[in-house]
Amino acid sequence: MQMNTAVTRSSESILQTNKLIRNTYMLLSMTLVFSGVLAYLGMALNMSYGMALGATLVGIGLLWFALPRTQNSAAGIPVLFAVTGLLGLGLGPTLNHYMSVNPNIVMVALGGTGVIFLGLSAYALATRKDFSFMGGFIFVGMLVAIGAMLLNLFLGIPVLSLAISGAVIMIMSGYILFQTSAMIHGGETNYIAATAGLFISILNIFTSLLHILGFLGDD
Amino acid sequence: MDWLKIASAAALVAMFFLILPSARRMVKNSSRGSISDWMAFVVPMAVVVLFIIVLISLV
Repeated sequence: MQMNTAVTRSSESILQTNKLIRNTYMLLSMTLVFSGVLAYLGMALNMSYGMALGATLVGIGLLWFALPRTQNSAAGIPVLFAVTGLLGLGLGPTLNHYMSVNPNIVMVALGGTGVIFLGLSAYALATRKDFSFMGGFIFVGMLVAIGAMLLNLFLGIPVLSLAISGAVIMIMSGYILFQTSAMIHGGETNYIAATAGLFISILNIFTSLLHILGFLGDD
Repeated sequence: MDWLKIASAAALVAMFFLILPSARRMVKNSSRGSISDWMAFVVPMAVVVLFIIVLISLV
């Protein structure tokens, strides 16, 4: 009897995990498409850097203050779309800049980001390794990266900027492993929060890869 | 200094202080990984680095 209950609980837990993973990837793909459309709109409208920064700041504000309050209800989905749309819109001028220098950079960065995300997700899902031990490392890494960005905003050292982009890719790659593992092992049970975390990782990897390729590429 | 830089700096400072409590909590509550745990992180990261080098050679 006890064994039957354990088996039922275990299969229920596996079903819940599978449902969480399926919902997260479905919502993630929809938000990525929506964000891509808004990024294209930002490019077509030839948005200024000031407007792009405004859209990004509103998106980050919604991510930090509105999403945690709504993520446990259906209201979390439109908020998530607003966040991802605004962050996509904010990419417009950056994409226009790289497209004018070398359109190949944008395509390679886009494809590269996709390969990194799918590869790391597949690795975490296939090995089912618990990466919860990385939480402190990732968050402290984020703080160090933000501190370095702030410093370089005033110093403007190109090599430091390149090193920051490299570090951001590593931290966000670690975050993909951490978040995917949390979905498998029960550390994350909300698919809206999981989607938001993965979206931010993908966005950061993409922009950092753009920067590195733009800096080190032939053009 | 232009206002764009000031706004970016303000956003970074805000982000730092918003992440700080989560970072403290994570450092306090995260388990210490074993060497094999860290190797499971280092190996895919090395693959990512190699992949980025390949991407750089493509553009």
